Amino acid sequence: MELAISVIVGFMILGALYAIHARDLLSAVIAGGIVGYGLVICFLLLKAPDLAIVQIVVETITLIIMVAVVLDSSREEAFTKPDSKGYVTAATAIVIMAVLFYFLVVSSASLDRLGEGELRMSQSYIEGAVEKTGSVNLVTGVLFDFRGYDTLGEATVLITAVLGVLTILRIKGKK
Amino acid sequence: MKGMTVVVKKTTQLIAGLVFLYGIYIIIHGHLTPGGGFAGGVILAGSFILLILAYGSDFLHLVREEAGTTLYENLAILVVLVLALSGLLLGTHVFFLNWAPKGVAGELISAGLLPLYNIFIGIEVAASILSIFLALVIFKEEITK
Repeated sequence: MELAISVIVGFMILGALYAIHARDLLSAVIAGGIVGYGLVICFLLLKAPDLAIVQIVVETITLIIMVAVVLDSSREEAFTKPDSKGYVTAATAIVIMAVLFYFLVVSSASLDRLGEGELRMSQSYIEGAVEKTGSVNLVTGVLFDFRGYDTLGEATVLITAVLGVLTILRIKGKK
Repeated sequence: MKGMTVVVKKTTQLIAGLVFLYGIYIIIHGHLTPGGGFAGGVILAGSFILLILAYGSDFLHLVREEAGTTLYENLAILVVLVLALSGLLLGTHVFFLNWAPKGVAGELISAGLLPLYNIFIGIEVAASILSIFLALVIFKEEITK
C-alpha cells in the first residue's frame, strides 16, 4: 500500500509541476485537478471514505468554477522575464527547501510509520465511542460530540467566506 | 450565462433529482455510514450547480434565489448554535452536550442530537457553496451588461 501511495503522490507532484509551467491556463487547471483526484485515491487507500467523499465533490465543483473562469479569460499566461530580484527569491526558496528537507530526514527516524502511530487521546476516543455518543460512524461522533467546537469553527469559516465573497462581488451596492 | 445543448439538458433533467436524493441520503445516514453534513451538503449544492450550468442563469431567476440561500445559511447556523447552547442549559451544563436519549446504536433514529446537527450543518454548507457560486454568476451577468 505504501508503494501505491508513493506512486500516486509522485503523479500528484508531476501534475502540480506541470500546472505551474503550462502556458495554456486550461491545461494548467486540469493538471491541478490531478492533485485533487490523486488525493481522493490516497484517502480511499488510507481507509478514510468520509474525507474522500468531501474531497471528490469539492474538487469537481472547484474544477468546474475554475474552468468557467479560464474559458472567460484570455487562456494564456502572461510571461515575465525574471530579473535580479527573481533570482534572489528563487535562491532563498531553494535554501529554505534544503533546510526543511534536512530536518525532515533527521526527524523522520523518530516518527511512527504512516497511519500506525497511536496517541493516548485517539485511543480513548476509539474505545467506547459508540456507548458515549450513540453514533456507529465514529467520524460523526468525533465531529459533533467530542470536537463540537471544531465543527462550529468550520461552519463559521464558511459563513465568513460567503460574507467576504458577497461583499467583494457586489456591484449594485457600490454605486 | 447561456444554457447548453439539448442533450445536456435532458441528461441533467434525469440526473439532478437523483443527485439531490443522494445528498439527502448521505446527510440523514451521517451517523451510520461514511459521510455526513459536510459531504451531503456539498452534493446538494452540486445538484443545483448542475441545473444552473445546463439550463443557463435565466432558469432560476437568480437574484431572488441568492437572497434565499443566504437566509437559509444564516438560519441553519443559528439553529446549530441554539442546539449547542441547549446543552449548556440542560443536564450537566456542558456546551455541545448530547443530552437527547441515545436509542439503539445502528438504527436510523438514534445517537441523540447528532442527526439534527448533521441536517442543519448540511443545509448550511449547501446554502453557502450555492450562494458563492450564484454570486460569481450574478457578478458575471452584471459585468457583461
